Amino acid sequence: MLDLSQYQSIGAALKDALEKYADEVCLIEADREREKARLTYREFKNLAQPLAKALQDGGFSVGDRASIIMTNQSKWLISAYAVFYAGGVLVPLDYKLTPDEQWQLLKHSGAKVLITEYPIWRQLSVAAGRAAATNVSTVLVTEAPKNADLAGAQPWEDFQGSGEPAFVPRTRIDVACIVYSSGTGGRPKGCMMTHENYLEQCVALTSIYPFWPGVRYLSILPTNHAIDFMVGFFGPFTCGAAVVHLRTLRPEYVREAFSKYKITYVSLVPLVLKNLQKGLQARFDELPSVKRKVLNAMVAVNKALTKSRPRLGLSRRLLKQVHEPFGGELRTIIVGGAFTEPQTLQFFYDLGIPVANGYGLTEAGTAITVNDLRPFRADTVGKPLPGMEVRIIHAGADGIGEVSVRSKTIMSGYLNEPELTAEAIVDGWLMTGDLGRFDDAGHLQLFGRKKNMIVTEEGKNIYPEDIESVFESLPVKEFCVFAANYIWPQRSMVGEQLLLALHLEPGQTYTEELRRDISARNSKLLNYKRIHGVVLLNEDFPRTASLKIKRNSLAEQLAKLDRVTAFLPL
Amino acid sequence: MRTLEQTTQEVLDLASKHFNVPVGSLAPEDDFFKKLGIDSLQTLEMLSRLENHFGVELPDYEVQGVSDFRTLASRIQSRL
Repeated sequence: MLDLSQYQSIGAALKDALEKYADEVCLIEADREREKARLTYREFKNLAQPLAKALQDGGFSVGDRASIIMTNQSKWLISAYAVFYAGGVLVPLDYKLTPDEQWQLLKHSGAKVLITEYPIWRQLSVAAGRAAATNVSTVLVTEAPKNADLAGAQPWEDFQGSGEPAFVPRTRIDVACIVYSSGTGGRPKGCMMTHENYLEQCVALTSIYPFWPGVRYLSILPTNHAIDFMVGFFGPFTCGAAVVHLRTLRPEYVREAFSKYKITYVSLVPLVLKNLQKGLQARFDELPSVKRKVLNAMVAVNKALTKSRPRLGLSRRLLKQVHEPFGGELRTIIVGGAFTEPQTLQFFYDLGIPVANGYGLTEAGTAITVNDLRPFRADTVGKPLPGMEVRIIHAGADGIGEVSVRSKTIMSGYLNEPELTAEAIVDGWLMTGDLGRFDDAGHLQLFGRKKNMIVTEEGKNIYPEDIESVFESLPVKEFCVFAANYIWPQRSMVGEQLLLALHLEPGQTYTEELRRDISARNSKLLNYKRIHGVVLLNEDFPRTASLKIKRNSLAEQLAKLDRVTAFLPL
Repeated sequence: MRTLEQTTQEVLDLASKHFNVPVGSLAPEDDFFKKLGIDSLQTLEMLSRLENHFGVELPDYEVQGVSDFRTLASRIQSRL
């Protein structure tokens, strides 16, 4: 079992791992069918150290913040290690946000350094938001074409100091990363994650899903996401395993990577898992009837033999034609970021491909519960990880209440937001805002949310406040965005939708012209952030003395309407 | 060499064929996520079809944030 108790920081644990596993492969990077890089831990260190030295030479010092906005690739991890080595705080941002959203978070985080890719910088450098983020004084850009105008940035590849950088120690209580769980439009929620949060989470997760030299993890979820940062960087690196990056997420190349690189683990969001299921199901449906019957029989046998625990060797032999396209080495698919439907989980398990279903929040340091596969349960999100105290508070007669968590992996708070922090962490317990119940076997089951937000199948957390600005100056008396399930609670974690509540001007009606206006504004949002429908309320929205909408009271008013008739799809 | 209009029309034709919708029902300014009711993964599949048709390679970052056929066609056009 992995022991990180002697380490005070991510940087210190990684530093030792780089020495210990010097000759093992740590990174493979491929662009479609072309392999671009294959690095050992020694080579990784040799690339990171000059960057750490150059950062230090440039005045980057203990506690300074450096942001990474990159797709999944080797330079992401090399840069992150250099930042930790130099004693910095990492701010990983989502490369899929709009440039102005990224500048807003860069400003909020107080990052001094930005490390990004040329295609992203091309958009970022000309965005209006740049002017306000004066805190960003150094920009490093990877893969820039020669002689390209970098608009004040420097090529990452040339940013190298000479000589040995000084390793800057940190303590467990120091902040390691600021990870944004939401807040591109409202109040940014920058989770301050400490070194201890990561060290403890790493030990807990690898006790159930271990890494070792030779294991290959396919990194598809964005590395800025808490899951991939842990299982696609810190976890495998502390254990000498390898991470495989693909520069494209086209399904055909992802499928090819499984067999080409003999993948052991992969993390997926439910949307991708469902897509895989669809593809497999279509393949099965095309089989001639005799072969189909044989396959069904093999699946039934596998199902019976793996009832109490997975038996990988057996499943691979029984269902060879299913396992071969996955490379024959796949141990587990980790699914996270959003809720996965039980039938999808069961589909894969019956084929002998265990899916590590779990439940977590960025604020909790990634995972709170995971399925330990002993036995596999598709109807729950598993049991609490070692070190996690989970309790249900304010439970109703049916035992369902808010899930709250206490552990060493809980963030220290939201950056610059003491009020939000006090709401989220009460007496050391993180209030998740999710509704759940434990069953007799100690498995957690989830039953919807208490909070006003949705999580998409792509694992994106969307808060209504973050998208309201796009509807500003809409020709109506007032408007407000809500998660539909917040108004009309559903005991479900899937199919969540956002709605726009409208109060029209006196005499105004909901015309086709107004619908088109809303639709046009909606399409300016990234596709996963869009509202799904409109609800009309013919009364004034309740407001505070400072005229802010009282969302809770308004939600209560809207809840009196019948969802089926009131919800007008856009 | 195709004009942007020709490229756009071919993109519309291919998208309608791939997703089985009437050719005339798609317009250059349409948001393909909404009009075709597709998700980001299905968009990537459509891109692979388009790459094969036009014989170009479109890196994922080139289509990041693109949601209408006209912009998509212009990204393809710049690589023809």
